Amino acid sequence: MTVGEIAILGVGMHPWGKFADKSFVDLGVDAATKAMEDADINWNDIQFVSGANTVRNGYPGWVSASTFANALGFQGSQLASSYAACASGATALSIARAQILSGVCDVALVVGADQVPKGMFAPVPGERPDDVDWLRFHLIGLSNPAYFGLFARRRMALYGDTQDDFAAVKVKNSQHGSKNPNARFTKTFTAEDVKASPVVADPLRLLEICTTSDGGAALVVSSLDFARKKGIKNPIRVSGISTIGPTYPNAIIDMPYFASDSWAKSGYEGHTFKNEIAQHAYTEAGITPADLDFAEVYDLSSAYELDWYEHIGLCEPGQARKLLHDGDTSIGGRIPVNPSGGLGAFGEAIPAQAIAQVCELTWQLRGEAGERQVNGANVGMSINYGMFGHGSSVIARR
Amino acid sequence: MSKQRLPAVEGLFTMDSENPSLIGGRKRTNGSFYFPKELSGNDPASSLDQDREDILLSQSGKVWSYTSAGYPPALPYVITSEPFEPFVIAAVHLEKEDLVVCGQMMPGVDLEDMEIGMEVKLALDTLYEDEHNQYIVWKWELAGQG
Repeated sequence: MTVGEIAILGVGMHPWGKFADKSFVDLGVDAATKAMEDADINWNDIQFVSGANTVRNGYPGWVSASTFANALGFQGSQLASSYAACASGATALSIARAQILSGVCDVALVVGADQVPKGMFAPVPGERPDDVDWLRFHLIGLSNPAYFGLFARRRMALYGDTQDDFAAVKVKNSQHGSKNPNARFTKTFTAEDVKASPVVADPLRLLEICTTSDGGAALVVSSLDFARKKGIKNPIRVSGISTIGPTYPNAIIDMPYFASDSWAKSGYEGHTFKNEIAQHAYTEAGITPADLDFAEVYDLSSAYELDWYEHIGLCEPGQARKLLHDGDTSIGGRIPVNPSGGLGAFGEAIPAQAIAQVCELTWQLRGEAGERQVNGANVGMSINYGMFGHGSSVIARR
Repeated sequence: MSKQRLPAVEGLFTMDSENPSLIGGRKRTNGSFYFPKELSGNDPASSLDQDREDILLSQSGKVWSYTSAGYPPALPYVITSEPFEPFVIAAVHLEKEDLVVCGQMMPGVDLEDMEIGMEVKLALDTLYEDEHNQYIVWKWELAGQG
């Protein structure tokens, strides 16, 4: 079932980095202001604000739409604040789309921002033995990078991937990111640089694991009618959004669980949620992987990017490293992946990240990506997932 | 006086140090397996049915994948040594139940000892201790040891 499209009128980002002297509100307002300028829309004309929440900045972060609207100046627009871990941005966009397509509003602002302490993500404080996210840290010391290590080692056993393959992903993405003014890390790394960095979660090294960043990203989206009335004949369109949850049983273990579901009855040990997320977006947009010109995928680790090639159908399982080494996924290749530089160049600002991915889709589709421009960018996909089971994917086209 | 041995969390494993087991769940109606019994998601085919019975899961399995913790995990993990000693983590496939359970490998196991598909078995170890108690958790050990 294909669904109605909406227009992306404007995008904006506060650059990623560590900004101890700024709040998440500052970062979100900066991104929102840029997106509204880009769209040539006044704040007073925004009818709906869809906020992607941060859970690391107290109450204002849990009611982000209200917080951002208040900072911009309350003007009576409708508000929704949502949290879906790393999928929060796609969830916020999906709510804006629903409001627009149902005629509740014509034009909406989608915004997310985060400002976080340095270091690895930790669970919410307190003693909560009925929370698997608390238990996995307390009982096993199973941090996020440990999952990335488990997946990477599994690739090595199943497909013969090597640490050199994983390092090559980092090298590629650092080349892409070096051309992105919004990226936090713009140094171009070599395979030797990667090898010289310490092992964090075997077989992965420090340079291969996504760090935590501060950042803000925003979109102004509208009905196609509204865009036409503004004189925009062919706006960039959102053609599909996936915010699905998994189907039971998830046989591949995933954050924050420390056990998989049992596949004793289904008999399929390869079943993973991550194969289903993109499929829903393809169905909504009425396209197949062959129609994609580029993709922004959630490279929480270098090896994880290779998993995504397979999850979104760019190649068969086990073929990802061939795609990589053939240069297909580099800018200039057949299907560039992470032309923005990806999380390797940005680090992760949880509620802003899925929105930032859509900013990159938009710049690429407009032909405004400068030195990192993908030639012939007509259709792009972004994908990630929020832990506990929130899908996140957006297909945009020109 | 020796310290009292307490499970770090109640209800996830038995405290028999010679022959420990993970405590899982099984649906009486359709035989689905779960671990942890109460905290893993439901089979939608029986979603209104809450009758999970306790079962002891297989005590050995095969390594599905493994990794290491090269840096100290965040709280609520309790760091017990200074400087921090890296440890190995294994995800282990229990063949009868067809589910994968993570745990640390016992101290002394190195990455070089690990191989995907190798057999490991369940063990108990001290996670941390205070003045009065030792807090115990499950770990995996190389089969043929202990």
